[in-house]
Amino acid sequence: ERSNLAGVRHILLVLSGKGGVGKSTISTELALALRHSGKKVGILDVDLCGPSIPRMFRVQGSDVHQCDSGWVPVFVDQDKSISLMSIGFLLEKPDDAVVWRGPKKNALIKQFVADVAWGDLDFLIVDTPPGTSDEHISTVEALRPYKPLGAILVTTPQAVSVGDVRRELTFCKKTGLRVLGIVENMSGFVCPHCSECTNIFSKGGGEELAKHAGVPFLGCVPLDPQLSQSLEEGRDFIREFPKSSAFPALAHIAQQILDGASQQSS
Amino acid sequence: ELRERLRSVKHTILVLSGKGGVGKSTFSALLAHGLAADEAKQVALLDIDICGPSIPKMMGLEGEQVHQSGSGWSPVYVEENLGVMSVGFLLSSPDDAVIWRGPKKNGLIKQFLRDVDWGEIDYLIVDTPPGTSDEHLSIVQYLSATHIDGARIITTPQEVSLQDVRKEINFCQKVKLPIIGVVENMSGFICPKCKNESQIFPPTTGGAEKMCQNLNVSLLGKVPLDPQIGKSCDKGQSFFSEAPESPATLSYRSIIQRIQEYCDQHHFHEEKII
Repeated sequence: ERSNLAGVRHILLVLSGKGGVGKSTISTELALALRHSGKKVGILDVDLCGPSIPRMFRVQGSDVHQCDSGWVPVFVDQDKSISLMSIGFLLEKPDDAVVWRGPKKNALIKQFVADVAWGDLDFLIVDTPPGTSDEHISTVEALRPYKPLGAILVTTPQAVSVGDVRRELTFCKKTGLRVLGIVENMSGFVCPHCSECTNIFSKGGGEELAKHAGVPFLGCVPLDPQLSQSLEEGRDFIREFPKSSAFPALAHIAQQILDGASQQSS
Repeated sequence: ELRERLRSVKHTILVLSGKGGVGKSTFSALLAHGLAADEAKQVALLDIDICGPSIPKMMGLEGEQVHQSGSGWSPVYVEENLGVMSVGFLLSSPDDAVIWRGPKKNGLIKQFLRDVDWGEIDYLIVDTPPGTSDEHLSIVQYLSATHIDGARIITTPQEVSLQDVRKEINFCQKVKLPIIGVVENMSGFICPKCKNESQIFPPTTGGAEKMCQNLNVSLLGKVPLDPQIGKSCDKGQSFFSEAPESPATLSYRSIIQRIQEYCDQHHFHEEKII
């Protein structure tokens, strides 16, 4: 019987030891950028307590249907170029807390990895919650037979974040997960009124960490109220705001992923 | 055993958020400093974020180790009246990852409560990781041996955060944990040059204010973004001493005052019952 992941060419994980640094944001923007390069992309959201992905594509409230091979992922639009799976779609009431201990979370993650009928995808992006615990261990174990391309680690510039991301790097090393690179998010804010740049969350920590750990640095993404607004409204930031301050960095990250993937294929 | 150890704790405050990165640890650290400013009060700060323990760095205690004595583990003291415990103190290198599943994390949390010799405490502040899982269930379960005054919930203004925070509020209701109130953090940024305000995390669905109205919980206050906050946390210094005039300091102080008042009322109420 053909596995549901057999048609997926590249799997990549988006990780961070730290919460709130922009994993779901980067997952979303990367998917949009890859779509604009003509790729078919899926996002698997394994954050069971705080699933952010559905809203970022304005499909919160969608239902999940079953087919012969398992669950049908939720398509973002008619083109079916981006498909999603998240616990967010399975909750009857969106405000209900998912108060599960580890073993129950692990069981759902195994199902998410094995039972979603993704079909043919160029990329499957796996968005994770912060930390190095049940969700991460289970996801890596379940994905191991499918040889993921690797992991992108997201941090914000300040030491408190970098401190947690160092631990995530250790997690990758211990579990044999290749690190594709580090993204330094929320790196500076350019005032839309006067163009003064303020480093609200400091600057440079992500780049330094990449150097120290010997992993590629994928780039700095600045704070951008247009990006935050797009995510709130589930809009396609990559298509609608190509002139905004975060666009060049996000496009560059996507390009590096595409380059890395074609290297692996050849 | 737990009951014995926790008997000497007067007030317990849990700092929660469904969402990561909204400022739980930042606020826990400042709350600890704020309450410990009264030298007559004994304050304890317990960090149960086992995968991402931020408290040691924020309190300037990185690299400190935990000592054992006959009466148990000694907390690490920042001031004479402010003691801290975190898994961070048990790790030998900043690269050490704690890659544990739920049951092992629960075991350590129990140890933190049972084996740490806090002494007599006026305020126990518990900083938590984001989510509604093992750590949260366990802490509520273990602390049922004492009483929890309530939970302080932190959010940022945008819906992406609020949707997780509503779940946290739902969690509190499910486990019958009273909610002291909600703090809206990172609420606006004032450009230091032109003084115009930008909403970096826009309150597209009405922010914490609307959510609190809908769910009938108190809004304790709003705190603006200030680059000095991140710097102070990274240096392990109290933001209050580094930037006493900042609007963020004023907001934080007013929120801490409201929490103190809530705890005092609680205490009074308990005494009345007895």
